[in-house]
Amino acid sequence: MNYNVFNLLWQGLTGNKGWQQAWRSPEPKPRYDAVIIGGGGHGLATAYYLAREHGMTNIALLEKGWLGGGNTGRNTTNVRSDYMFPESAAIYDLALRLYETLGKDLNYNIMLSQRGWLTLIEDQHQMEGARHKANWLQCNGVDGEIIGAGQVAEMMPGLQMDGRYPVRGAFLQKRGGTIRHDAVAWGYARAADRLGVDIIQNCEVQGFEKSGGRIAAIQTSRGRIETDRVGLAVAGHSGAMAEKAGFRLPVTSHCLQAMVSEPVKPFLDHVVISPGTGVYINQTQKGEMVMGGVLDLYHSYGQRGNFPTIEKVVTSAVEMFPTLSQTRLMRHWAGIVDITPDSSPILGQTPVENMYINCGWGTGGFKAIPPGGYMLAHSIAKETPHELAAPFGLNRFRDNRLVDEGAAAGIAH
Amino acid sequence: MIVLNCPYCGQDRHEEELTYGGEAEIIRPLEPEEASDELWTEYLYFRTNPKGTHHEQWCCSGGCGQWFKVARDTVSHDILEVVTFDKRLSA
Repeated sequence: MNYNVFNLLWQGLTGNKGWQQAWRSPEPKPRYDAVIIGGGGHGLATAYYLAREHGMTNIALLEKGWLGGGNTGRNTTNVRSDYMFPESAAIYDLALRLYETLGKDLNYNIMLSQRGWLTLIEDQHQMEGARHKANWLQCNGVDGEIIGAGQVAEMMPGLQMDGRYPVRGAFLQKRGGTIRHDAVAWGYARAADRLGVDIIQNCEVQGFEKSGGRIAAIQTSRGRIETDRVGLAVAGHSGAMAEKAGFRLPVTSHCLQAMVSEPVKPFLDHVVISPGTGVYINQTQKGEMVMGGVLDLYHSYGQRGNFPTIEKVVTSAVEMFPTLSQTRLMRHWAGIVDITPDSSPILGQTPVENMYINCGWGTGGFKAIPPGGYMLAHSIAKETPHELAAPFGLNRFRDNRLVDEGAAAGIAH
Repeated sequence: MIVLNCPYCGQDRHEEELTYGGEAEIIRPLEPEEASDELWTEYLYFRTNPKGTHHEQWCCSGGCGQWFKVARDTVSHDILEVVTFDKRLSA
């Protein structure tokens, strides 16, 4: 059943008894043309585009827990595309463009709110950096502008303008904003299921059976599944999965923490980051303040937070918005992100002939879900990378062709 | 929160007083001229990333300033072994 105003009215008048399950829970079949591992946003998007763009419908998606229970449900729901290298700009702006029409494509409200993404400018060096970045973005055809301190104060009335990090202006991407994160996973899942994809939850991959350098079958907690092609979209667990398949990745796994306050009256209708404190903050439609900082710098698969980070993030949030000082924290969590040496993703072929990967998005995976899935689907279907994914192959490390966004865009991952 | 007892100064240091130095016991190719591109790539970029026991190096940067080695579980964050830098980890 389509979600629209007529069905909503009809169901409302008839006791809401006609709503169907959004997706099936099928038993795994013994064989599929392709299997996607990982039921987060990237894996679900891969399944959807594989079925929609490439007509492959005898496919399965395996998820060890529940859909969107990893980083897709553990992020701060931000989207933006102000990256600097042309290769990155092409992929991250495609992400934003796909997100802009995704609600319609999937017939699922993802609650995209392009409320404007502001990076504060707190000193002369940041001002020069912001000008540099604005020029780069213009060359790449991506929007972004520098606004003055007066306009920043007008846009965000509660912001402390002359605190420890005096605000001199901001870099603003108006198309940036937030999305309801679970809706992205659920929307892709429902749309993929409608196209015939088997989405199998509570199904952990335990090992791979190889023959002649290829994966012949996957051993799972719900039995053995034969397949011709495998796609990996498991973010922080990519290293562990690669080890099972017999290769190594230039990826390290770290915790990225975030937290949310109790709901308060609406006062902040933009997303704002302060480079001085390293903390970014936005207010949800329910009124909660969502806050995040930098990742934990040591290896971890812990999926939980700790007090030093809470203290840093909360004190920084209060420094930015002193009015939050009496607000209580409600929840706090961590996801495991996959960090690469150049802060850019790894897309395409792995050393195993029929296995393809989508990983290394680090702390920025949520905003890249649509093209991440699109690129992995292309790799699986065509057995060759999409032209936009080609610069992000695993071989770039040996060829010394890094796409160093860590240095270029100054992102913290 | 990670708390390590520095094997040099003997003090308990929590993660705010420590600096993480990544995987321990990586050896730079001993014959740089002979090393293949693959070997250099491996040395520069590829790291062991286990879900379990990890051998790593930490610096007592808020204290005595010495680097030392630690075996730690990357899921539970349990500290399994701490040794001075000249020793090899056994855990």
